[in-house]
Amino acid sequence: MLLEIKNIDVLYDDFQVIWDVSLEVGEGEMVALLGPNGSGKSTILNTISNLVRHRKGEIYFIGDLISNQPTFRRTTAGISHVLERRRVFPHLTVLQNLLLGAWHEQAREARDESLQKVYQMFPKLEARRNQLAHTMSGGEQQMLAIARGLMGLPKLLMVDEPFLGLSPMVVRDLIGIFRNIVEEGISILFVEQNVRLALSMADRGYVLESGKLVIAGESRDLIDNEAVKRVFLGDRV
Amino acid sequence: MTFEIILQAIVSGLLVGLIYALIAAGLSLIFGLMEIVNFAHGEHLMLSMFSSFWLWSLFGLDPVVSLPITVLLMALSGVLTHYLLIRYILKAKMLIQICATFGLSIFLRSLAQFFWTPDFRNVDKPLLEGRIEIGEIFIGQPQVFAGLVCLFAFAGLYLFVTRTETGLALQATAQDREAAEILGIPSNRMFALGWAIGLGCVGVAGAMMSNYFFIFTDVGVNFALFAFVAVALGGFGSVIGCLYAGIIIGLVEALGGLLIDPSFKLLYVFAIYLLVVIYRPQGLFGRY
Repeated sequence: MLLEIKNIDVLYDDFQVIWDVSLEVGEGEMVALLGPNGSGKSTILNTISNLVRHRKGEIYFIGDLISNQPTFRRTTAGISHVLERRRVFPHLTVLQNLLLGAWHEQAREARDESLQKVYQMFPKLEARRNQLAHTMSGGEQQMLAIARGLMGLPKLLMVDEPFLGLSPMVVRDLIGIFRNIVEEGISILFVEQNVRLALSMADRGYVLESGKLVIAGESRDLIDNEAVKRVFLGDRV
Repeated sequence: MTFEIILQAIVSGLLVGLIYALIAAGLSLIFGLMEIVNFAHGEHLMLSMFSSFWLWSLFGLDPVVSLPITVLLMALSGVLTHYLLIRYILKAKMLIQICATFGLSIFLRSLAQFFWTPDFRNVDKPLLEGRIEIGEIFIGQPQVFAGLVCLFAFAGLYLFVTRTETGLALQATAQDREAAEILGIPSNRMFALGWAIGLGCVGVAGAMMSNYFFIFTDVGVNFALFAFVAVALGGFGSVIGCLYAGIIIGLVEALGGLLIDPSFKLLYVFAIYLLVVIYRPQGLFGRY
Protein backbone atom coordinates (compact mmCIF):
# COMPACT_ATOMS: atom_id res chain seq x y z
CA MET A 1 0.00 0.00 0.00
CA LEU A 2 1.15 3.49 -0.79
CA LEU A 3 -0.82 5.25 1.92
CA GLU A 4 -2.37 3.57 4.94
CA ILE A 5 -4.37 5.37 7.57
CA LYS A 6 -5.28 3.29 10.58
CA ASN A 7 -7.99 4.29 13.03
CA ILE A 8 -7.23 7.97 13.45
CA ASP A 9 -9.05 10.41 15.71
CA VAL A 10 -8.70 14.16 15.18
CA LEU A 11 -9.67 16.82 17.70
CA TYR A 12 -9.77 20.58 17.36
CA ASP A 13 -9.08 21.57 20.95
CA ASP A 14 -11.63 19.37 22.71
CA PHE A 15 -14.00 19.01 19.82
CA GLN A 16 -13.68 15.72 17.99
CA VAL A 17 -14.05 16.01 14.21
CA ILE A 18 -12.71 12.65 12.98
CA TRP A 19 -13.71 9.38 14.60
CA ASP A 20 -11.70 6.21 14.04
CA VAL A 21 -11.17 6.63 10.30
CA SER A 22 -9.08 4.19 8.28
CA LEU A 23 -8.37 4.38 4.60
CA GLU A 24 -5.90 3.19 2.01
CA VAL A 25 -4.59 4.32 -1.34
CA GLY A 26 -2.77 1.86 -3.55
CA GLU A 27 -0.20 2.53 -6.24
CA GLY A 28 -1.62 4.03 -9.41
CA GLU A 29 -5.06 4.35 -7.86
CA MET A 30 -7.47 7.25 -8.02
CA VAL A 31 -9.45 7.45 -4.81
CA ALA A 32 -12.27 9.85 -3.97
CA LEU A 33 -13.04 11.10 -0.49
CA LEU A 34 -16.71 12.00 -0.43
CA GLY A 35 -19.06 13.57 2.02
CA PRO A 36 -21.26 16.56 2.61
CA ASN A 37 -19.98 19.91 3.78
CA GLY A 38 -18.23 19.74 7.14
CA SER A 39 -17.95 15.98 7.20
CA GLY A 40 -14.18 16.12 7.71
CA LYS A 41 -12.85 15.42 4.23
CA SER A 42 -10.36 18.26 4.18
CA THR A 43 -9.36 17.53 7.75
CA ILE A 44 -8.26 14.07 6.67
CA LEU A 45 -6.04 15.45 3.90
CA ASN A 46 -4.67 18.05 6.32
CA THR A 47 -3.96 15.30 8.83
CA ILE A 48 -2.04 13.33 6.22
CA SER A 49 0.05 16.47 5.64
CA ASN A 50 0.36 16.96 9.40
CA LEU A 51 -1.10 20.46 9.18
CA VAL A 52 -3.47 18.99 11.76
CA ARG A 53 -2.32 16.45 14.32
CA HIS A 54 -4.17 13.26 15.01
CA ARG A 55 -4.61 11.73 18.46
CA LYS A 56 -5.07 8.05 18.01
CA GLY A 57 -4.03 5.73 15.22
CA GLU A 58 -1.20 5.76 12.68
CA ILE A 59 -0.45 7.01 9.19
CA TYR A 60 1.95 5.02 7.04
CA PHE A 61 3.41 6.03 3.69
CA ILE A 62 5.20 3.30 1.73
CA GLY A 63 5.47 1.36 4.96
CA ASP A 64 7.01 4.22 6.99
CA LEU A 65 5.19 5.67 9.96
CA ILE A 66 4.85 9.36 9.14
CA SER A 67 2.43 10.44 11.87
CA ASN A 68 4.93 12.70 13.62
CA GLN A 69 6.97 13.85 10.66
CA PRO A 70 6.82 17.63 10.16
CA THR A 71 4.78 18.94 7.24
CA PHE A 72 7.74 20.13 5.20
CA ARG A 73 9.17 16.61 4.96
CA ARG A 74 6.08 15.29 3.19
CA THR A 75 7.14 16.32 -0.31
CA THR A 76 10.50 14.63 0.14
CA ALA A 77 8.69 11.43 1.03
CA GLY A 78 6.53 11.77 -2.09
CA ILE A 79 3.29 13.40 -1.01
CA SER A 80 2.08 16.57 -2.74
CA HIS A 81 -0.97 18.29 -1.34
CA VAL A 82 -2.99 20.77 -3.38
CA LEU A 83 -4.82 22.73 -0.72
CA GLU A 84 -8.43 23.81 -0.83
CA ARG A 85 -8.92 27.06 -2.75
CA ARG A 86 -5.67 26.45 -4.62
CA ARG A 87 -3.45 28.65 -2.43
CA VAL A 88 -1.00 29.71 -5.12
CA PHE A 89 1.44 32.43 -4.06
CA PRO A 90 -0.52 35.44 -5.30
CA HIS A 91 2.32 37.93 -5.72
CA LEU A 92 4.76 35.57 -7.39
CA THR A 93 4.78 34.70 -11.06
CA VAL A 94 3.54 31.42 -12.48
CA LEU A 95 7.11 30.29 -13.09
CA GLN A 96 8.21 31.24 -9.56
CA ASN A 97 5.28 29.30 -8.14
CA LEU A 98 6.29 26.27 -10.17
CA LEU A 99 9.96 26.49 -9.20
CA LEU A 100 9.01 26.57 -5.53
CA GLY A 101 7.15 23.31 -6.10
CA ALA A 102 10.47 21.59 -6.75
CA TRP A 103 12.06 22.35 -3.41
CA HIS A 104 13.56 19.10 -2.15
CA GLU A 105 16.87 17.81 -3.50
CA GLN A 106 15.54 15.18 -5.88
CA ALA A 107 12.84 17.41 -7.32
CA ARG A 108 15.35 20.20 -7.77
CA GLU A 109 17.65 18.01 -9.82
CA ALA A 110 14.79 17.09 -12.13
CA ARG A 111 13.41 20.61 -12.20
CA ASP A 112 13.89 21.53 -15.86
CA GLU A 113 12.51 18.22 -16.97
CA SER A 114 9.49 18.48 -14.67
CA LEU A 115 8.88 22.00 -15.90
CA GLN A 116 8.73 20.81 -19.51
CA LYS A 117 6.35 18.05 -18.46
CA VAL A 118 3.88 20.32 -16.67
CA TYR A 119 4.07 22.85 -19.50
CA GLN A 120 3.11 20.05 -21.86
CA MET A 121 0.24 19.12 -19.59
CA PHE A 122 -0.87 22.75 -19.12
CA PRO A 123 0.24 24.76 -22.17
CA LYS A 124 -1.51 27.83 -20.75
CA LEU A 125 0.93 27.97 -17.86
CA GLU A 126 3.88 28.24 -20.21
CA ALA A 127 2.23 31.08 -22.10
CA ARG A 128 1.57 32.85 -18.80
CA ARG A 129 4.76 31.97 -17.00
CA ASN A 130 5.69 35.57 -16.20
CA GLN A 131 2.23 36.60 -15.05
CA LEU A 132 1.51 37.12 -11.35
CA ALA A 133 -0.55 34.22 -10.04
CA HIS A 134 -3.33 36.33 -8.54
CA THR A 135 -4.14 37.87 -11.92
CA MET A 136 -5.20 34.51 -13.37
CA SER A 137 -8.66 32.98 -13.48
CA GLY A 138 -9.78 30.38 -10.96
CA GLY A 139 -9.35 27.53 -13.41
CA GLU A 140 -5.85 28.65 -14.34
CA GLN A 141 -4.94 28.98 -10.67
CA GLN A 142 -6.19 25.46 -10.03
CA MET A 143 -4.03 24.20 -12.91
CA LEU A 144 -1.08 26.09 -11.47
CA ALA A 145 -1.69 24.59 -8.03
CA ILE A 146 -1.80 21.07 -9.47
CA ALA A 147 1.25 21.70 -11.65
CA ARG A 148 3.11 23.07 -8.63
CA GLY A 149 2.23 19.90 -6.76
CA LEU A 150 3.56 17.76 -9.61
CA MET A 151 6.87 19.64 -9.59
CA GLY A 152 7.64 17.92 -6.28
CA LEU A 153 7.69 14.51 -8.05
CA PRO A 154 4.95 13.00 -5.90
CA LYS A 155 3.98 9.38 -5.67
CA LEU A 156 0.69 10.53 -4.17
CA LEU A 157 -1.11 13.69 -5.20
CA MET A 158 -3.79 14.88 -2.82
CA VAL A 159 -6.22 17.44 -4.22
CA ASP A 160 -8.79 19.21 -2.08
CA GLU A 161 -11.96 20.20 -3.96
CA PRO A 162 -10.30 20.50 -7.37
CA PHE A 163 -13.47 21.57 -9.19
CA LEU A 164 -14.76 24.14 -6.74
CA GLY A 165 -16.08 27.16 -8.61
CA LEU A 166 -14.81 26.08 -12.01
CA SER A 167 -16.70 26.14 -15.30
CA PRO A 168 -17.85 22.80 -16.77
CA MET A 169 -15.31 23.13 -19.57
CA VAL A 170 -12.40 23.54 -17.16
CA VAL A 171 -13.75 20.65 -15.09
CA ARG A 172 -13.71 18.45 -18.19
CA ASP A 173 -10.11 19.45 -18.93
CA LEU A 174 -9.08 18.69 -15.37
CA ILE A 175 -10.71 15.26 -15.43
CA GLY A 176 -8.60 14.43 -18.48
CA ILE A 177 -5.52 15.68 -16.73
CA PHE A 178 -6.24 13.59 -13.64
CA ARG A 179 -6.44 10.53 -15.87
CA ASN A 180 -3.07 11.38 -17.45
CA ILE A 181 -1.49 11.81 -14.03
CA VAL A 182 -2.71 8.41 -12.86
CA GLU A 183 -1.49 6.84 -16.10
CA GLU A 184 1.98 8.12 -15.21
CA GLY A 185 1.80 5.98 -12.08
CA ILE A 186 0.99 8.77 -9.63
CA SER A 187 -1.83 7.96 -7.24
CA ILE A 188 -4.50 10.56 -6.58
CA LEU A 189 -6.56 11.06 -3.47
CA PHE A 190 -9.11 13.82 -3.94
CA VAL A 191 -11.91 15.41 -2.00
CA GLU A 192 -15.15 16.17 -3.76
CA GLN A 193 -18.76 16.94 -2.94
CA ASN A 194 -20.23 15.98 -6.29
CA VAL A 195 -20.64 12.23 -5.81
CA ARG A 196 -21.62 11.31 -9.35
CA LEU A 197 -18.73 13.25 -10.88
CA ALA A 198 -16.22 11.89 -8.36
CA LEU A 199 -17.30 8.28 -8.71
CA SER A 200 -17.25 8.53 -12.50
CA MET A 201 -13.53 9.33 -12.25
CA ALA A 202 -12.26 7.39 -9.25
CA ASP A 203 -11.46 3.70 -8.89
CA ARG A 204 -12.68 3.67 -5.33
CA GLY A 205 -14.45 5.96 -2.93
CA TYR A 206 -14.78 6.60 0.80
CA VAL A 207 -17.87 8.29 2.15
CA LEU A 208 -17.64 10.35 5.32
CA GLU A 209 -20.44 11.70 7.43
CA SER A 210 -19.87 13.84 10.52
CA GLY A 211 -16.29 12.65 10.79
CA LYS A 212 -17.13 8.95 10.58
CA LEU A 213 -16.58 6.57 7.71
CA VAL A 214 -19.97 5.40 6.47
CA ILE A 215 -19.07 3.23 3.56
CA ALA A 216 -16.14 2.45 1.28
CA GLY A 217 -15.83 0.51 -1.91
CA GLU A 218 -15.39 0.36 -5.67
CA SER A 219 -16.93 3.30 -7.48
CA ARG A 220 -19.36 1.15 -9.45
CA ASP A 221 -20.68 -0.36 -6.23
CA LEU A 222 -21.11 3.00 -4.56
CA ILE A 223 -22.77 4.86 -7.34
CA ASP A 224 -26.22 3.35 -6.72
CA ASN A 225 -25.71 2.50 -3.10
CA GLU A 226 -28.62 3.36 -0.81
CA ALA A 227 -26.40 4.38 2.11
CA VAL A 228 -24.52 6.83 -0.12
CA LYS A 229 -27.76 8.33 -1.35
CA ARG A 230 -28.96 8.67 2.22
CA VAL A 231 -25.81 10.59 3.27
CA PHE A 232 -26.08 13.01 0.42
CA LEU A 233 -29.79 13.45 0.27
CA GLY A 234 -29.84 13.65 4.04
CA ASP A 235 -33.14 11.79 4.38
CA ARG A 236 -32.29 9.75 7.42
CA VAL A 237 -35.05 9.10 9.88
CA MET B 1 18.02 81.70 2.89
CA THR B 2 20.29 80.62 0.12
CA PHE B 3 19.93 77.79 -2.32
CA GLU B 4 23.06 76.16 -0.90
CA ILE B 5 21.58 75.86 2.55
CA ILE B 6 18.49 74.16 1.18
CA LEU B 7 20.62 71.85 -0.93
CA GLN B 8 22.66 71.08 2.16
CA ALA B 9 19.50 70.10 4.05
CA ILE B 10 18.35 67.94 1.15
CA VAL B 11 21.64 66.06 1.02
CA SER B 12 21.82 65.43 4.74
CA GLY B 13 18.13 64.50 4.83
CA LEU B 14 18.73 62.02 2.05
CA LEU B 15 21.69 60.45 3.83
CA VAL B 16 19.95 60.03 7.16
CA GLY B 17 16.86 58.84 5.30
CA LEU B 18 18.84 55.92 3.89
CA ILE B 19 19.64 54.85 7.44
CA TYR B 20 16.00 55.11 8.49
CA ALA B 21 15.08 53.09 5.42
CA LEU B 22 17.41 50.21 6.27
CA ILE B 23 16.24 50.07 9.88
CA ALA B 24 12.64 50.08 8.68
CA ALA B 25 13.37 47.39 6.08
CA GLY B 26 14.38 45.03 8.86
CA LEU B 27 11.16 45.74 10.72
CA SER B 28 9.05 45.40 7.60
CA LEU B 29 10.68 42.16 6.54
CA ILE B 30 9.96 40.54 9.89
CA PHE B 31 6.39 41.81 9.90
CA GLY B 32 5.75 40.79 6.31
CA LEU B 33 7.05 37.32 6.99
CA MET B 34 5.24 36.38 10.17
CA GLU B 35 2.97 39.30 11.07
CA ILE B 36 4.87 40.01 14.23
CA VAL B 37 5.86 43.56 15.07
CA ASN B 38 9.28 43.76 16.62
CA PHE B 39 8.83 46.37 19.32
CA ALA B 40 12.40 45.68 20.40
CA HIS B 41 13.72 46.97 17.09
CA GLY B 42 15.19 50.11 18.67
CA GLU B 43 16.92 48.04 21.33
CA HIS B 44 18.41 45.84 18.64
CA LEU B 45 19.76 49.01 17.05
CA MET B 46 21.17 50.01 20.43
CA LEU B 47 22.84 46.61 20.78
CA SER B 48 24.43 46.88 17.37
CA MET B 49 25.84 50.32 18.24
CA PHE B 50 27.24 48.92 21.48
CA SER B 51 28.70 46.02 19.55
CA SER B 52 30.61 48.52 17.41
CA PHE B 53 31.58 50.49 20.49
CA TRP B 54 32.94 47.52 22.45
CA LEU B 55 34.76 46.10 19.48
CA TRP B 56 36.45 49.48 19.20
CA SER B 57 37.07 50.06 22.88
CA LEU B 58 38.21 46.53 23.77
CA PHE B 59 39.91 45.38 20.59
CA GLY B 60 40.71 48.66 18.85
CA LEU B 61 38.62 47.78 15.82
CA ASP B 62 37.15 50.76 14.02
CA PRO B 63 33.37 50.49 13.42
CA VAL B 64 34.00 50.38 9.68
CA VAL B 65 36.41 47.47 10.10
CA SER B 66 34.18 45.62 12.55
CA LEU B 67 31.06 46.10 10.41
CA PRO B 68 30.94 42.44 9.28
CA ILE B 69 31.37 41.26 12.88
CA THR B 70 28.54 43.46 14.12
CA VAL B 71 26.26 42.35 11.31
CA LEU B 72 27.07 38.73 12.06
CA LEU B 73 26.44 39.19 15.78
CA MET B 74 23.11 40.84 15.07
CA ALA B 75 22.08 38.13 12.61
CA LEU B 76 22.94 35.58 15.29
CA SER B 77 20.89 37.44 17.87
CA GLY B 78 18.04 37.44 15.34
CA VAL B 79 18.19 33.65 15.08
CA LEU B 80 18.28 33.39 18.88
CA THR B 81 15.33 35.77 19.20
CA HIS B 82 13.33 33.53 16.92
CA TYR B 83 14.18 30.23 18.51
CA LEU B 84 14.09 31.40 22.15
CA LEU B 85 11.05 33.65 22.03
CA ILE B 86 9.16 34.20 18.80
CA ARG B 87 8.57 30.59 17.86
CA TYR B 88 6.56 30.11 21.06
CA ILE B 89 4.22 32.99 20.32
CA LEU B 90 3.63 32.49 16.59
CA LYS B 91 0.13 31.18 17.09
CA ALA B 92 -0.64 33.27 20.17
CA LYS B 93 -3.10 36.15 20.32
CA MET B 94 -1.90 39.47 19.01
CA LEU B 95 -1.79 41.08 22.46
CA ILE B 96 0.52 38.33 23.66
CA GLN B 97 2.77 38.87 20.65
CA ILE B 98 2.90 42.59 21.36
CA CYS B 99 3.71 41.99 25.02
CA ALA B 100 6.42 39.51 24.07
CA THR B 101 8.44 41.82 21.82
CA PHE B 102 7.65 44.87 23.96
CA GLY B 103 8.84 42.94 26.98
CA LEU B 104 11.96 41.99 25.09
CA SER B 105 12.65 45.68 24.45
CA ILE B 106 12.38 46.53 28.16
CA PHE B 107 14.47 43.52 29.05
CA LEU B 108 17.25 44.39 26.60
CA ARG B 109 17.32 48.05 27.58
CA SER B 110 17.40 47.28 31.31
CA LEU B 111 20.07 44.67 30.77
CA ALA B 112 22.16 47.18 28.86
CA GLN B 113 21.71 49.76 31.62
CA PHE B 114 22.65 47.20 34.24
CA PHE B 115 25.87 46.18 32.57
CA TRP B 116 26.91 49.36 30.80
CA THR B 117 25.21 52.15 32.81
CA PRO B 118 23.15 54.80 31.03
CA ASP B 119 26.28 56.87 30.22
CA PHE B 120 26.73 58.41 26.82
CA ARG B 121 29.65 57.03 24.89
CA ASN B 122 31.23 57.65 21.55
CA VAL B 123 33.93 56.27 19.33
CA ASP B 124 36.99 58.55 19.51
CA LYS B 125 38.98 59.30 16.38
CA PRO B 126 37.21 56.94 13.99
CA LEU B 127 38.74 56.19 10.58
CA LEU B 128 36.12 58.38 9.00
CA GLU B 129 36.32 61.91 10.26
CA GLY B 130 35.97 65.41 8.94
CA ARG B 131 33.84 66.44 6.05
CA ILE B 132 33.60 66.56 2.34
CA GLU B 133 33.08 69.83 0.52
CA ILE B 134 31.18 69.95 -2.72
CA GLY B 135 30.92 73.55 -3.77
CA GLU B 136 29.20 75.27 -0.89
CA ILE B 137 27.92 72.07 0.63
CA PHE B 138 29.62 70.38 3.57
CA ILE B 139 28.80 66.83 4.51
CA GLY B 140 30.37 64.76 7.25
CA GLN B 141 32.42 61.87 5.90
CA PRO B 142 30.89 59.29 8.25
CA GLN B 143 27.41 60.40 7.20
CA VAL B 144 28.21 60.01 3.50
CA PHE B 145 29.77 56.63 4.10
CA ALA B 146 26.85 55.51 6.28
CA GLY B 147 24.31 56.55 3.66
CA LEU B 148 26.15 54.74 0.89
CA VAL B 149 26.67 51.56 2.91
CA CYS B 150 22.98 51.51 3.82
CA LEU B 151 22.06 51.99 0.16
CA PHE B 152 24.29 49.07 -0.83
CA ALA B 153 22.87 46.92 1.95
CA PHE B 154 19.42 47.81 0.70
CA ALA B 155 20.28 46.83 -2.86
CA GLY B 156 21.73 43.58 -1.57
CA LEU B 157 18.61 42.87 0.44
CA TYR B 158 16.37 43.59 -2.52
CA LEU B 159 18.37 41.36 -4.86
CA PHE B 160 18.43 38.59 -2.28
CA VAL B 161 14.69 38.65 -1.72
CA THR B 162 13.70 38.92 -5.38
CA ARG B 163 16.45 37.07 -7.25
CA THR B 164 17.60 34.11 -5.16
CA GLU B 165 15.78 30.86 -4.51
CA THR B 166 16.00 31.32 -0.77
CA GLY B 167 14.58 34.81 -1.18
CA LEU B 168 11.77 33.37 -3.23
CA ALA B 169 11.05 30.85 -0.49
CA LEU B 170 11.05 33.74 1.99
CA GLN B 171 8.43 35.55 -0.10
CA ALA B 172 6.40 32.38 -0.47
CA THR B 173 6.39 31.87 3.29
CA ALA B 174 5.30 35.48 3.75
CA GLN B 175 2.43 35.08 1.28
CA ASP B 176 1.13 31.71 2.45
CA ARG B 177 2.90 29.92 5.27
CA GLU B 178 0.96 26.66 4.99
CA ALA B 179 1.22 26.41 1.24
CA ALA B 180 4.98 26.94 1.47
CA GLU B 181 5.36 24.40 4.25
CA ILE B 182 3.48 21.86 2.21
CA LEU B 183 5.89 22.31 -0.70
CA GLY B 184 8.73 21.42 1.65
CA ILE B 185 9.82 24.88 2.79
CA PRO B 186 10.32 24.73 6.56
CA SER B 187 8.68 27.90 7.85
CA ASN B 188 10.52 27.88 11.16
CA ARG B 189 13.84 28.10 9.38
CA MET B 190 12.50 30.79 7.08
CA PHE B 191 11.36 32.78 10.10
CA ALA B 192 14.76 32.44 11.73
CA LEU B 193 16.34 33.57 8.48
CA GLY B 194 13.96 36.54 8.37
CA TRP B 195 15.01 37.57 11.86
CA ALA B 196 18.67 37.14 10.95
CA ILE B 197 18.29 39.35 7.90
CA GLY B 198 16.05 41.86 9.65
CA LEU B 199 18.45 42.34 12.54
CA GLY B 200 21.41 42.16 10.14
CA CYS B 201 19.99 45.29 8.48
CA VAL B 202 19.78 46.94 11.87
CA GLY B 203 23.36 45.85 12.47
CA VAL B 204 24.57 47.65 9.35
CA ALA B 205 22.71 50.82 10.32
CA GLY B 206 23.86 50.70 13.95
CA ALA B 207 27.50 50.08 13.06
CA MET B 208 27.48 53.01 10.65
CA MET B 209 25.80 55.33 13.12
CA SER B 210 28.24 54.48 15.90
CA ASN B 211 30.79 56.45 13.86
CA TYR B 212 29.20 59.78 14.58
CA PHE B 213 26.30 59.31 16.99
CA PHE B 214 26.29 59.10 20.76
CA ILE B 215 25.92 55.54 21.99
CA PHE B 216 23.63 55.05 24.98
CA THR B 217 21.01 52.61 26.15
CA ASP B 218 18.00 54.67 25.02
CA VAL B 219 19.41 55.59 21.64
CA GLY B 220 17.08 53.24 19.78
CA VAL B 221 13.78 54.72 20.90
CA ASN B 222 13.46 57.52 18.37
CA PHE B 223 14.92 55.51 15.54
CA ALA B 224 12.46 52.72 16.18
CA LEU B 225 9.59 55.22 16.10
CA PHE B 226 10.81 56.52 12.76
CA ALA B 227 11.09 52.95 11.54
CA PHE B 228 7.44 52.38 12.43
CA VAL B 229 6.48 55.52 10.56
CA ALA B 230 8.51 54.39 7.56
CA VAL B 231 6.92 50.95 7.57
CA ALA B 232 3.43 52.46 7.73
CA LEU B 233 4.30 54.91 4.96
CA GLY B 234 5.88 52.28 2.75
CA GLY B 235 3.12 49.74 3.28
CA PHE B 236 3.42 46.95 5.83
CA GLY B 237 5.55 44.14 4.50
CA SER B 238 6.90 46.10 1.55
CA VAL B 239 10.67 46.26 1.61
CA ILE B 240 11.13 48.62 -1.32
CA GLY B 241 8.42 50.90 0.11
CA CYS B 242 10.68 51.37 3.13
CA LEU B 243 13.40 52.85 0.95
CA TYR B 244 11.15 55.59 -0.38
CA ALA B 245 9.50 56.11 2.98
CA GLY B 246 12.82 56.38 4.82
CA ILE B 247 14.05 58.97 2.34
CA ILE B 248 10.81 60.93 2.62
CA ILE B 249 11.13 60.97 6.40
CA GLY B 250 14.74 62.08 6.24
CA LEU B 251 13.86 64.89 3.83
CA VAL B 252 10.80 66.04 5.77
CA GLU B 253 12.80 66.11 8.97
CA ALA B 254 15.68 68.07 7.46
CA LEU B 255 13.67 70.48 5.32
CA GLY B 256 10.95 71.02 7.92
CA GLY B 257 13.60 71.76 10.49
CA LEU B 258 15.28 74.21 8.16
CA LEU B 259 12.27 75.95 6.65
CA ILE B 260 9.88 76.04 9.60
CA ASP B 261 11.39 75.40 13.00
CA PRO B 262 13.98 72.79 14.00
CA SER B 263 12.43 72.21 17.42
CA PHE B 264 9.35 70.67 15.75
CA LYS B 265 11.33 68.25 13.58
CA LEU B 266 9.60 65.18 14.97
CA LEU B 267 6.20 66.76 14.60
CA TYR B 268 6.42 67.02 10.80
CA VAL B 269 7.30 63.39 10.49
CA PHE B 270 4.45 62.24 12.69
CA ALA B 271 2.02 64.58 10.97
CA ILE B 272 2.77 62.76 7.73
CA TYR B 273 2.39 59.47 9.52
CA LEU B 274 -1.09 60.43 10.74
CA LEU B 275 -2.14 61.63 7.31
CA VAL B 276 -1.06 58.38 5.72
CA VAL B 277 -2.69 56.23 8.38
CA ILE B 278 -5.96 58.13 7.99
CA TYR B 279 -6.12 58.57 4.23
CA ARG B 280 -4.00 55.75 2.85
CA PRO B 281 -3.66 53.03 5.48
CA GLN B 282 -2.27 50.53 2.98
CA GLY B 283 0.82 52.74 2.62
CA LEU B 284 2.10 54.78 -0.29
CA PHE B 285 3.87 52.02 -2.18
CA GLY B 286 3.24 48.44 -3.31
CA ARG B 287 4.87 45.22 -2.20
CA TYR B 288 8.52 44.18 -2.63
